[in-house]
Amino acid sequence: MSADKISSNETRHIAHLARLALSEAEIEDFTGQLAAILEHAKDIESLNLDDVAPTRHALPIKNVMRSDEVRKSVNREEVLRMAPETQANMFLVPKIIGED
Amino acid sequence: MEIIELGAVEIAKAVKSGELSALEVVSAHLSEINEHDGDVGAFLLVMADRAIERAKEIDKRRSGGEELGALAGVPVALKDNIVLQGVETTCASKILSGWEPPYTATVIEKLISQGAIPIGKTNLDEFAMGSSTENSAYFPTRNPVKLDRVPGGSSGGSAASVASRFAPIAIGSDTGGSIRQPASLCGVVGVKPTYGLVSRYGLIAFASSLDQIGPFAKSVDDASLVLSVIAGHDGMDSTSSRTATYEHAPNESDISSLRIGVIQEMMSDVSNDVLGVFNQSLDALRSCGAKVETVSIPAVRYGLSSYYLIAPAEASSNLARFDGVRYGLRVTGADMNETYGLSREAGFGPEVKRRIMLGTYALSAGYYDALYGKAQKVRTLIVSEFARAYSDFDVLVSPTSPTVAFGFGDKSDPLSMYMSDVCTIPSNLAGHPAMSVPFGGGADGLPVGVQILAPALSERVMFQVARALEGASTYMAKPQWAH
Amino acid sequence: MAIEDEYIITIGLEVHCELKTNTKLFCGCANQFGSEPNTNICPVCLGLPGSLPVINERAVEYAIRIGSALSCEIRPSVFHRKNYFYPDMPKDYQVSQYDEPICVNGKLELPSFPKTVRIERAHMEEDTGKTTHVGTSGRIHGADFSLVDYNRAGIPLVEIVSAPDLSSADEAREYVSELRAILVSTKASDGKMEEGSLRVDANVSVRPLGTEKLGTRCEIKNLNSLRSLGRAINYEARRQMEALSAGQSIRQETRHWNEDQGVTSALRSKEEAYDYRYFPEPDLTPLDPDMDEVATIARALGILPPARRLRLRELLDGELTRSELEQVQTCVKFDLDEHVLDAVRTGVPARLALARGSNELASYVNQATVDSFEVAEFPRGKFIEVISLESQGKVSSTQAKTLLSRIASNHNEEVSALIEELGYKAASQDEISELLDRLISENSMEWERLCAGENQLAGFFIGKAMKITNGKVNGKTLASEMAARRLG
Ligand SMILES: [Zn+2]
Repeated sequence: MSADKISSNETRHIAHLARLALSEAEIEDFTGQLAAILEHAKDIESLNLDDVAPTRHALPIKNVMRSDEVRKSVNREEVLRMAPETQANMFLVPKIIGED
Repeated sequence: MEIIELGAVEIAKAVKSGELSALEVVSAHLSEINEHDGDVGAFLLVMADRAIERAKEIDKRRSGGEELGALAGVPVALKDNIVLQGVETTCASKILSGWEPPYTATVIEKLISQGAIPIGKTNLDEFAMGSSTENSAYFPTRNPVKLDRVPGGSSGGSAASVASRFAPIAIGSDTGGSIRQPASLCGVVGVKPTYGLVSRYGLIAFASSLDQIGPFAKSVDDASLVLSVIAGHDGMDSTSSRTATYEHAPNESDISSLRIGVIQEMMSDVSNDVLGVFNQSLDALRSCGAKVETVSIPAVRYGLSSYYLIAPAEASSNLARFDGVRYGLRVTGADMNETYGLSREAGFGPEVKRRIMLGTYALSAGYYDALYGKAQKVRTLIVSEFARAYSDFDVLVSPTSPTVAFGFGDKSDPLSMYMSDVCTIPSNLAGHPAMSVPFGGGADGLPVGVQILAPALSERVMFQVARALEGASTYMAKPQWAH
Repeated sequence: MAIEDEYIITIGLEVHCELKTNTKLFCGCANQFGSEPNTNICPVCLGLPGSLPVINERAVEYAIRIGSALSCEIRPSVFHRKNYFYPDMPKDYQVSQYDEPICVNGKLELPSFPKTVRIERAHMEEDTGKTTHVGTSGRIHGADFSLVDYNRAGIPLVEIVSAPDLSSADEAREYVSELRAILVSTKASDGKMEEGSLRVDANVSVRPLGTEKLGTRCEIKNLNSLRSLGRAINYEARRQMEALSAGQSIRQETRHWNEDQGVTSALRSKEEAYDYRYFPEPDLTPLDPDMDEVATIARALGILPPARRLRLRELLDGELTRSELEQVQTCVKFDLDEHVLDAVRTGVPARLALARGSNELASYVNQATVDSFEVAEFPRGKFIEVISLESQGKVSSTQAKTLLSRIASNHNEEVSALIEELGYKAASQDEISELLDRLISENSMEWERLCAGENQLAGFFIGKAMKITNGKVNGKTLASEMAARRLG
């Protein structure tokens, strides 16, 4: 368990995982704020809950499934119209791997 | 009585009987919006033309002798994180500016099928993250009761729209108190149903395991009627209960045989004015014949920590899709990764980024067990302690919010804002129903709500207690301009 | 000593198998290959805000079929979210089973190597969309931009993960080939590698001979045929051996197989720590299959390739020769075992049916579709007709092969018409008698020895007769004529 102190480098790494191009000022702010929030969360970190099962759903339901029947799809134009950029009825994105 | 003072039950009855036309009802509300929403800022989008058109349709159907639904001609304000086909839905975020969904949420379909008329999309804290509606990327909403105060949040626009008489009912979403807290601060009724009772299909997710849609109304009966319309199984939502329904039972208010527990742990951080009103409500419940006693549920103290790990964790994943590829804002960079970073940096506001960061951290390698995993176990603890309490009590009560409506900028520190949800969060973690009913005036005469908590799928008894409280209260919050 | 002899190769395979459901895993969009771009899409598989997934029950049934066919334990399972950003993933997370997969601890027996490969797990997940890289290179590196089609996004997959039990490219190929045969026979998959229904990733490592600790592994992606799989493993193993021999270390990384250049190359240039932040998908409920239903599904699977091979082996008495074992494998591999079984049922000797099935029929299948898995379409009735005639001695083996070859090139040819056309008329009793007279007079010594009990000389006479008649004599008829003379 090492949610002790969070460094600005760690904040930078988290921002990268979350794909947020944070400014340096934001990195600094968030480093402090995350530390404070995590400090508050210490109260549960110290609880011994080894024998307690996690609750993932409020209702104990399982095996919810649907039958394998085709349903009408949405109108392609209505969807593509909302896209930042398209070409040949596909979503256009910038090159995926940049130059190093 | 003025049209805008009528409740949903009364409007539907009048429209069905022909006493009022749907068009008259819609027009009255639209003109109230025109006149006062400039001050309040409840709506991000007013759907005037659509609402008028829809009202005319309903009137035509009535004159054609068609059967009208339970909410015939009732205007409804919709929180702007619930999708309606072809109507801009933004979650009060820049990242979704201009986005018109190609489909409609199940709740909205249900409301429309019962004759309700969507009148506008209401403001919220961006992606429902906040307790004051100050986090809207567009503008803050003001509390209609006192315009220099926040309406609460995140469903502040929906609460304010009902409190302002812009709509008799509104729909919100509640992840940690986002319906109940603004209902309390604006002096209206707000209900968070049992998780799984109302379909989430079409609700833009904040924290999937906690989110639940529910109604705002001026009266308990109106809220009950709306809940009966939107409740029920939906095959599009795997977490929707297959068996649960809610039936509107308007006359049930006898609580003389009920045992009501007062949650001790939820009284500790409450301000004196709120405590005063809350104690009056306990007296009222006693004089209705209920047995009222204090109960201790120690685990609820851990609710806040658990919530502020689970909700951001789920949110960090739910909000990944806002990446500038298929819809929404794109800020193009040198390559895809840079484009992701720039688009999301520009599109999300500070609170959203903060929670994405927190949630990403809580899920990241090495911390999962200590943070997210632990928080899920705390839920189990809370559920089991509630279960123990419900073996002695039919319902539980607490103040909804520790304070009355606060001022803009009063809670600039994130943690102090998070504390606003301390009484409401445990119900979301447990998945239980809870509601806020206005009972009296606290500091500056601002509304104070009482929270009623009930076991899973026990909405019926919860509403019984709510009716008793409503009956015992003479308090009625009024918009500032109505004084 | 060659470098290959100084190292041991270890291979584990991850095979992604698309399930042949009508609809996608979490929505009602058609599961269809080759549609117009972005036509099989909806709010769910496009990850539109507010949409929610619902599990396709048939996909679960198919996963159970696959698990049962691989002798897996079928367990309660949970879907997780695997979080990472990529444009072909509409939600920027993939819904996949993580530490609680539906199938675990199975096994697969390689038909021709004495080896059982452990299956660690087979789990369900959704497929991603398809990205086309536009630019001069046509590849991801050096592309100007990319185009995304989400028709494939959300198609149900089962990922079958083997233990690192394979030790050569040949074993790996045979593993995939056998796995494919099993998948096809469960009817959960069409097994079409060329359409991407089966996609293989190979984890390859090498270690010096005589050492125990596994070497650092590299994962090779984009192996779209058995040929690529074999070539890529050989290339990659050699690359690693050479690096180690040169004193370099192997970096654990994902590598891409380039079919044209015949090389693997590191897929991501930037060092990036992967942190998928798995957590249970809160929009779905856990799966807890009813064990009676699982048993019903398993029972309904029918006969699988290992049992199909056994069925053929049991047609023959005694220990099978190596070539007979190969014939059995070939027949099952090309779905010709039913041809053989049917022929045997009508009275054709098993060895003949097996030989004609594995040699003649299989070679026609092979010629028609090289390196593809197309199933034999050879008309079963005509196959049986020809080899029945052969076994009754009405046509010779050479004639039978010619007939089969003609039918292979045109399935509509009638056997009787072909016999007429080719002049394969059976010889009369008189003709046989005359032929035998001639043989006895020309080879009187051998005939005496045969009559004295050297039975193996019967073949000598049949061979001579074949030569004289250009293969038109029926060996069987001749043999019985010889037997009659010897007794008489
Ligand atoms: Zn779909």
